Amino acid sequence: MSLVNKEEPLTLDTFVRGVWRENPVFVTLLGMCPTLAVTNSATNAISMGLATTFVLICSNVLVSMLRKVIPKEVRIAAYIVLIASFVTVVDYAIQAISLEVYEALGAFIQLIVVNCIILGRAEAYASRQTVVNTAVNSIGTGIGFTLALLCLGVVREVLGAGTLFSVRILPDQFQPWVLMLLPAGGFFVLAGWLLLIDFMNVRKERRALEQQGATVHGQ
Amino acid sequence: MSAEAPVQAPVQAVPFLPMIRTLGLVSLICGFAVTFAYQWTKPYVEENQRITTERAVRAVLPGAVTQRAFVLGKDGISPAAADSPAEDVVYVGFDAAGKIVGIAARGASRGYADLVHIMFSYDPACECINALKVTKMNETPGLGDTVLKDPDFKRNFEALDARVNAEGTALANRIVTVKHGTKREAWQIDAISGSTVTSKAIGRGLDQSAQRLVPRMQRHLAELERGGR
Amino acid sequence: MANESLGFIFLNALLINNFVLAMFLGICPFLGVSAKKDTALNMGIATTFVMFVSSMCAFGLNWLLVKLGIEFLRLISYIVVIASAVQLVEMIIKKYSPALFRALGIYLPLITTNCAVLGIAVFQTAKNYDLAQSAVYSVGAGAGFTLALMLMAGLREKLALADVPSVARGAGMTLMLAGLLSLAFMGFAGLGGGGD
Repeated sequence: MSLVNKEEPLTLDTFVRGVWRENPVFVTLLGMCPTLAVTNSATNAISMGLATTFVLICSNVLVSMLRKVIPKEVRIAAYIVLIASFVTVVDYAIQAISLEVYEALGAFIQLIVVNCIILGRAEAYASRQTVVNTAVNSIGTGIGFTLALLCLGVVREVLGAGTLFSVRILPDQFQPWVLMLLPAGGFFVLAGWLLLIDFMNVRKERRALEQQGATVHGQ
Repeated sequence: MSAEAPVQAPVQAVPFLPMIRTLGLVSLICGFAVTFAYQWTKPYVEENQRITTERAVRAVLPGAVTQRAFVLGKDGISPAAADSPAEDVVYVGFDAAGKIVGIAARGASRGYADLVHIMFSYDPACECINALKVTKMNETPGLGDTVLKDPDFKRNFEALDARVNAEGTALANRIVTVKHGTKREAWQIDAISGSTVTSKAIGRGLDQSAQRLVPRMQRHLAELERGGR
Repeated sequence: MANESLGFIFLNALLINNFVLAMFLGICPFLGVSAKKDTALNMGIATTFVMFVSSMCAFGLNWLLVKLGIEFLRLISYIVVIASAVQLVEMIIKKYSPALFRALGIYLPLITTNCAVLGIAVFQTAKNYDLAQSAVYSVGAGAGFTLALMLMAGLREKLALADVPSVARGAGMTLMLAGLLSLAFMGFAGLGGGGD
């Protein structure tokens, strides 16, 4: 009924994995739509990150709690309904907390439902692991996602408006690069980050290879 | 969820009852969560909306001490409720003495990216629009959002002619946005060059709303003035 | 407020506010499927069909929800309808064109998580479009999605033979291309006279 039962122990790696090594945006390239759309200001980036993290944790924990009960055939449908419910809850919660944030994020709150990260985690992890493991992993993944959004949001807001969290930090003479606030800017900044991370990975690999070569050739 | 390749071994009959039971359980949990969230947040959401509306009205009616919302139908006025048709709601501002200061109303029209929402105020004494505020817009930063800051554009709305025609059915002259620098008449809006689409959206939204509501405001002015008492 | 002409709605969804390049919807398949022109075209057509079916169902569903006063179930019902529509399209394609079915492979069920499909349903509700406007909107958005996909596929096919630095290959280059395309599409602003 449930999938391969390879429950793993709870380690620090369960948490850190989601933040860095398997960062949902930069490594697995999931959840691109909100990453590009709502990062034109750092405040929006954090709000979206937190909202998604909330849905991620709640829905995955519930999936994990019900993993032995949900038959394989209807699992995707069940996951989707669970995720959609929590997104609706978040939608109303944000409306109640701050109408400004709600209007800034717009339709993308409802689009959290189709954020591949959440469904992907539910399918790959929550449906096989214990509740505690799932909770920890979800928190890690959520933080990783929020960090990725922040990376973009900070760059785009500082360069595009000269402010950070609506506080002016660059001098008034700085002519903002409006391009950063446009859709094109989102694409460019994300591409920039991916290039940077790829470059660092390549350098790390090359260094590891050189070290290996040195230990082989040297004595 | 999808059977792509032909199955080799005969498929085991899928147990019906566990599926129904699980889906039922999931639906129950979800239904409960959603309904609970909706009911619990409803008062907060309505409060937030009320505060935002009040702030917008105060921005276009600075002299108003109190404001009341009415539904301005074709035949008369009635107090506004949560389910009143949004396009007929007007907000009347009264000063400390209970005298009418102005009547505010909303408008919206499509700009470049999405609808541009405005709140404007009509002054019955001068029969003109004397303030306008953009309440919500999603226009291109740096281009479309100059309508918020440009002082020349704001000056358009200090005494925008909104006289009603002789029959009292519509405005005497259509409010229209004209190319930057070509404004000749009191009912024209001088666009910002470089933001033509957004300027036109504001003009259109204002015209549509004013054509609809200002004649009614004039017709029921006495009732609106009395609304404060 | 929903008095835009049908032609304008179509043009708007196709070019001016292109779903992928201006509204950031459907990026995942955009990055994943745009390597070859044929796959891109097939994915685009399948997605357009799903968008149209979902849009019509969502319109009917919304009318029902409003009548019963249970709008807070809107999101859940929309996504269930979309998942079902994808299943339906899968079955139809499998029956009438097994070759196409095999060509699309895993991408077909992935249309369920395509933000663009849910985006259509959510936007048409927010803009209060009537039936005809919703239909044109969904077809226009699908066409815009296909257009963006085809453009990107054409560019990437050509670039596959060029000397691209290894760090940039893959997602990095695709995103930069997308950025340039997005800038180019901004030139369509004001096309069609801005509606009503």
